[in-house]
Amino acid sequence: MSITVIDYGSGNLKSAAKALETAAENLNLDTKIVVTSDPKVIKESKKIVLPGQGSFRDCYLGIKKITGLEDTLNEFVLVKKKPIFGICVGMQLFAKTGYESQETKGFGWIDGEVRKINNMNKKLKLPHMGWNEIELKKDCFLFSNIKNKSHMYFIHSYEFMTKQKDCIVATTNYGNSITVSVAKENIVGTQFHPEKSQKNGLIILENFLKWEF
Amino acid sequence: MLKNRIIPCLDVKNGRVVKGINFVNLVDAGDPVEQAKIYDEQGADELCFLDITASNENRNIILDTVKKTAEKCFMPLTVGGGVRTIEDIRNLLLAGADKVSINTAAVKNKDLVKESAEKFGSQCIVVAVDAKKVKENKWEIFTHGGRKSTGIDALKFSEKMESMGAGEILLTSMDRDGTKKGYDLDLTKKISNLVNIPVIASGGVGGLEHLHQGIKIGKASAVLAASIFHFGEHTILEAKQYLDSKGIPVRI
Repeated sequence: MSITVIDYGSGNLKSAAKALETAAENLNLDTKIVVTSDPKVIKESKKIVLPGQGSFRDCYLGIKKITGLEDTLNEFVLVKKKPIFGICVGMQLFAKTGYESQETKGFGWIDGEVRKINNMNKKLKLPHMGWNEIELKKDCFLFSNIKNKSHMYFIHSYEFMTKQKDCIVATTNYGNSITVSVAKENIVGTQFHPEKSQKNGLIILENFLKWEF
Repeated sequence: MLKNRIIPCLDVKNGRVVKGINFVNLVDAGDPVEQAKIYDEQGADELCFLDITASNENRNIILDTVKKTAEKCFMPLTVGGGVRTIEDIRNLLLAGADKVSINTAAVKNKDLVKESAEKFGSQCIVVAVDAKKVKENKWEIFTHGGRKSTGIDALKFSEKMESMGAGEILLTSMDRDGTKKGYDLDLTKKISNLVNIPVIASGGVGGLEHLHQGIKIGKASAVLAASIFHFGEHTILEAKQYLDSKGIPVRI
């Protein structure tokens, strides 16, 4: 089977691809990790990973710029209902609207908005950068073999705010409670970077690889 | 709760690890990829490579080092040294760096920070502030490994860099670097309190108590050290256990 890491010009995807390869090796899976933006390849993939670096707006515009990519992703996720894993801004793009630099439409797969983290009158530094503990809110395959309060690596200034509380899988505390993982049917995402979260991160990627939706 | 980070730094020259005393008397001490793997296993929160390769023809070696490290270590990696252009930043990010630290070029060309933050996102743009005390309560930016005075006030410069889009400040006291006397805590505290982006304290660590001071007194979000880890005086875990015993939030 093949898993595609969507390449739409958002920074380095090698780390994510390499971490997925390592996760597949750990599981003895014969999984091919492909990095591309080619709609044909994406359509034939079993699962996809949507990374994201930079601003919500740049990322969404980056996807729109590639002919057929937005439609292909919508079809993959909404019609074919195949598994997608969004990482960092990749997860944020699941929301209906982002407010980084200016209002920008997202995929709208999960009812929510992406807004700047409240820095509590400058008491908190932004970006929220470094290792923070996650609070598991409900059972989800993505976090099997991950202990509650495990540390994950974060680097972001905007947060995913959703009204669909049943989609919230994990939160972290940075001034307020911040949603750091969402799941809805075939759609999962993390605000933190599993590909940068050492052993715990690899376990999460393994869980995604093992997932049969 | 967000944890304070401990960041071992490897000075890399022509693809080999060195650590200088005040940037001279370099001691060769190994392969950067092997070192990185050890720090990864020890639970370092981040890694920092500082490329001190002087000649242009050898500058691409660091890309190979970064590439090999990123294939083995699934942890955050910051790379700095000799970063001059958007293209340099792009190449390092594509090689696998998560953050790129800009030093002299940020002083010469403030637009580089602005442009690169717009292009790649603030989260991956670190500005390295190398400061030297020139009189009481006054620090100036020095470039070229601490040799060249610029007359620019370190505090004002840090604030400016934040407004230009820097996502983090790597603050090195050029007076302390290599001395093992501890961070310049006045300087660290002043800049940490001034800016609303994370500050990494650097320069002068000789013992674990210095890491504690950097966070507790200097208010740094992260502490960087080289020789105490590199020559095996302390492991990352020992440093974290020490900080934990002092009530500093760390990831163990």
